[in-house]
Amino acid sequence: MSYQIPKFRHPDLPVNDLGYTKADYEGSISSLCAGCGHDSISGAIVMACHELSIEPHKIAKLSGIGCSSKSPTYFLGNSHGFNSVHGRMPSVVTGAAMANRDLMYLGVSGDGDTASIGMGQFAHVARRNLNMVYIVMNNGCYGLTKGQDSATADEGSASKKGDANVYSAIDLCGTALQMGATFVARSFSGDKGQLVPLIKAAITHRGFALIDVISPCVTFNNNPGSTKSYEFVREHAEATGTVDFVPMRREITTDYKPGFSHEVTMHDGSSIHLYKVDEELDPFNRRSAMMTLEDHRETGSILTGLIYMDRDSRDLHDVLETSQRPLNELREGDLCPGNKMLENINASLR
Amino acid sequence: MKPTDIKNPEYFHKVVDCQYACPAHTPVPEYIRLIAAERYSDAYMVNWQSNVFPGILGRTCDRPCEPACRRVRVEEEPVAICRLKRVAADNKEDIRDRLPTIPKKKNGKRIALIGAGPASLTVARDLAPLGYIIDVYDNQFAGGGMMRSQIPSFRLPLEVLDEEVNYILDMGINTTFDIQVESLKEVLDQEYDAVFVGTGAPRGKGLNLPGLEDASANVYLGIDWLSSVAFEHTESIGKRVLVLGGGNTAMDCCRTSMRLGGEDVRVVVRSPFEDMKASPWEKEDAMHEGIPIYNNHVPKEFVVEDGQLKGMTFEKVEAQYDEDGKRSLVPTGEDLVFMEADDVLMAIGQENAFPWIERDLGIEFDKWDMPVVDETTFQSTNEKVFFGGDAAFGPENVITAVAHGHQAAISIDLFCRGESVDQRPPPQVTLASQKMGVHEWSYDNDVANDERYIVPLAPLEKTLKDRKIEVELGFDVATAFREAERCLNCDVQTVFEEARCIECDACVDICPTDCISFTGNAEEEELRQRLTAPAGNLAQDLYVSKDLPTTRVMVKDENVCLHCGLCAERCPTSAWDMQKFLYEVTKAGA
Ligand SMILES: Cc1cc2nc3c(=O)[nH]c(=O)nc-3n(C[C@H](O)[C@H](O)[C@H](O)COP(=O)(O)OP(=O)(O)OC[C@H]3O[C@@H](n4cnc5c(N)ncnc54)[C@H](O)[C@@H]3O)c2cc1C
Ligand SMILES: Cc1ncc(C[n+]2csc(CCOP(=O)(O)OP(=O)(O)O)c2C)c(N)n1
Ligand code: SF4
Ligand code: SF4
Ligand code: SF4
Ligand SMILES: [Mg+2]
Repeated sequence: MSYQIPKFRHPDLPVNDLGYTKADYEGSISSLCAGCGHDSISGAIVMACHELSIEPHKIAKLSGIGCSSKSPTYFLGNSHGFNSVHGRMPSVVTGAAMANRDLMYLGVSGDGDTASIGMGQFAHVARRNLNMVYIVMNNGCYGLTKGQDSATADEGSASKKGDANVYSAIDLCGTALQMGATFVARSFSGDKGQLVPLIKAAITHRGFALIDVISPCVTFNNNPGSTKSYEFVREHAEATGTVDFVPMRREITTDYKPGFSHEVTMHDGSSIHLYKVDEELDPFNRRSAMMTLEDHRETGSILTGLIYMDRDSRDLHDVLETSQRPLNELREGDLCPGNKMLENINASLR
Repeated sequence: MKPTDIKNPEYFHKVVDCQYACPAHTPVPEYIRLIAAERYSDAYMVNWQSNVFPGILGRTCDRPCEPACRRVRVEEEPVAICRLKRVAADNKEDIRDRLPTIPKKKNGKRIALIGAGPASLTVARDLAPLGYIIDVYDNQFAGGGMMRSQIPSFRLPLEVLDEEVNYILDMGINTTFDIQVESLKEVLDQEYDAVFVGTGAPRGKGLNLPGLEDASANVYLGIDWLSSVAFEHTESIGKRVLVLGGGNTAMDCCRTSMRLGGEDVRVVVRSPFEDMKASPWEKEDAMHEGIPIYNNHVPKEFVVEDGQLKGMTFEKVEAQYDEDGKRSLVPTGEDLVFMEADDVLMAIGQENAFPWIERDLGIEFDKWDMPVVDETTFQSTNEKVFFGGDAAFGPENVITAVAHGHQAAISIDLFCRGESVDQRPPPQVTLASQKMGVHEWSYDNDVANDERYIVPLAPLEKTLKDRKIEVELGFDVATAFREAERCLNCDVQTVFEEARCIECDACVDICPTDCISFTGNAEEEELRQRLTAPAGNLAQDLYVSKDLPTTRVMVKDENVCLHCGLCAERCPTSAWDMQKFLYEVTKAGA
């Protein structure tokens, strides 16, 4: 059993604009089950943050409880981290984000952590449009507590124990749309080609960005009969289109077929290029997004890719008109208006 | 690309960089693990089977394995493979009862070996256990060839040489020493079933410069001088010595001079320092003993006054390279440099000489007057006569001579049994899983971060006084263990079974050196571009699977794989397994 990742790396690893290699964004060796989808999502997060050249100390990763919520230990070892209580990650992020708007907030949660105990917090953080990326590592079960069906398990889906789930499933993308999320996507842990650009787009989006990533639990829910197994997801996934993330100042090199292609400029000047396959979906229209989700649910296919994005999103800071400078940088002089001002205020009240 | 055929033994053999680079294909990681396990005698025997002279080679080998070592590509310094071999030899127990038994009843076939260097001794070692009657002829007083006459005792103590030479001569070999073979015809006339020529490249090259004739009393050919020191005919040298040449012979000449009374000993070489033929460590050793190396100096003339050598003049040059990278040494135009000298040693190369081989014996000679020898079978155009070692294709080194000897022995055995010498026996290979439990391996898969350990040396005050005192002390066993742990176990192969793979990416995510990719198939050139990390080292193969359910293939770039086993540990279905690949060159009679 290995307890450490060897220190040697490929000698020709690409470096990003900051001079860092992917290795600078890695964490410690995973203790999750071998083959757990969560590890692939960790890998995708590492790639996305490296490719976006985010300074590791400008990232805060927060999570609740579960195998998924353990995973922040296994990526971004040089970033800030907070492993909170079951289902309570959103309120911790809210506090942190309000205090220091300069960090990139990455919330990592599970389907249990989000759709069961944390459902209330999830609904409200979406509704408030907090500027964060919210990744759900969705395996349809409570992996950490030995695989009980979770609230995202599809009706009729059977985990390793063999009994079909009798309840209807919560669709986190649908819920997020309903609650007012401004960026909603779904992906699959086994498809980094799709997941990495989605994470990059979500990071660049200003506002609440949910990515519901189906992430097979190899130990408890990767059996025939499960709708969250590697095999089932591969067979039933249908992508809305492809997303290309084009960083600031980089030339767009891909040719897109006119009509189906959208270029969206993000607030930092980078852009995402959306190449649609699904003719029904207009990803900038909430109603269209909801209908397309529903259509796919009815046919039993899994809609992946970017589902909705509000190009005019105003995040919680915008709405509350908070200070542009992070609270932790405000000094006494900024916060205490002084005697003179106090006298003026008092005088005006007399 | 086509799926890789891992059944072809050469595929995994190439992954074991050191073993692949070793002319005798010694299973290096296998013996390094045995050293780490303190099983020195076992480690010694693994070596002895392959390279016959572990104690000698552990001190003197040219070590082609080390520049090839994977560690060079992932870190910088190779595993000290050669000096670990010495640890096995130094710490082994009496191994004589492990040597092959020699049949009392012979098979009736008589073989003559001419020359008793490492090539001939290897042939003897392989054929004696099969019952051959073996007669060795050599013009020196004892066996070992240039290992005795040329390699100085401060690098190779006599006891070590004698021990390993005698393991072979004690196999009932008939030796005739102190005899110069003057005629191959006479040997053939004795009706040997086969004759092996292992006479080396015994002739030193000289420089015919102005003044040589008058200076000749103080000018020596390096290799002749070294052997006369080894055989104690020469016991001293002048205080000021110039050694001409930049190869290993020059290094041995200058270091020996320092021990025989030389005070101002200099190496003077035509080429730039970096282009010198000597191995980097030989140059280091010479410089460590305070011997300066003057590069870019072309010798011009021996300066003689009153019949006495005074010194030499040199022209200073600089290296210039044309578009094709071809070097020419262009004079700088500076004044000639004069260096004083009492004695000059010319160490500018050696060559073969076969005045004793009649040209009407059916042995064809080429335009360089070298015998035409088959590179695989070592047979000459006279089917009874085989060549090997330096005699076959010019001066090389001990390990090459050994490798030749093994192959020649196979040919001689086949020939004597009336079989075709072209039927080469395939290597013996085994591939066995190292899995002991869910995440347990029977090899130490942790990757050590330690930098290469340095072999301690005896103090100069001591070693420079006596040419017989060995300079290197060898690793102690504790350091040897740590050095052994640096080995990455490149023979423990990553074996992929596509039918088990569920394409979960776990191996891709964990691999520290980004060796593994899942991608659409393509031609090699294109595939190399699109992997997780660029696969720019064309000398290293890509391991390509059959098509997977998603129509992609698994591609592994072997280049910087650490053999850490993490891919196999993280694989939920055991599609990856770590399997030890043992590759042994088949020896005669097996
Ligand atoms: C100064 C020097 C240092 C070296 N150091 C190293 C080293 O550190 N490591 C290394 O790997 N290699 C080294 N080498 C090279 C190495 O010694 C040779 O490559 C190797 O010994 C060749 O082995 P061989 O069996 O082909 O022949 P040799 O070792 O040359 O043996 C041939 C034998 O045949 C004898 N012989 C030749 N002609 C006749 C004849 N007509 N009748 C009878 N006997 C005859 C010779 O005297 C000799 O004993 C060195 C060489 C020199 C010159
Ligand atoms: C307050 C509280 N209630 C219950 C638990 C037990 N518990 C631990 S993890 C978990 C479910 C985790 O499921 P999920 O978020 O889907 O994570 P996974 O392990 O599947 O990745 C539960 C119920 C707990 N730790 N704390
Ligand atoms: S129990 Fe399931 S979710 Fe948890 S680590 Fe194992 S495979 Fe992953
Ligand atoms: S690391 Fe070990 S097995 Fe690999 S090439 Fe070097 S010595 Fe040989
Ligand atoms: S053994 Fe596997 S994980 Fe380790 S370096 Fe090689 S391919 Fe990568
Ligand atoms: Mg879960």
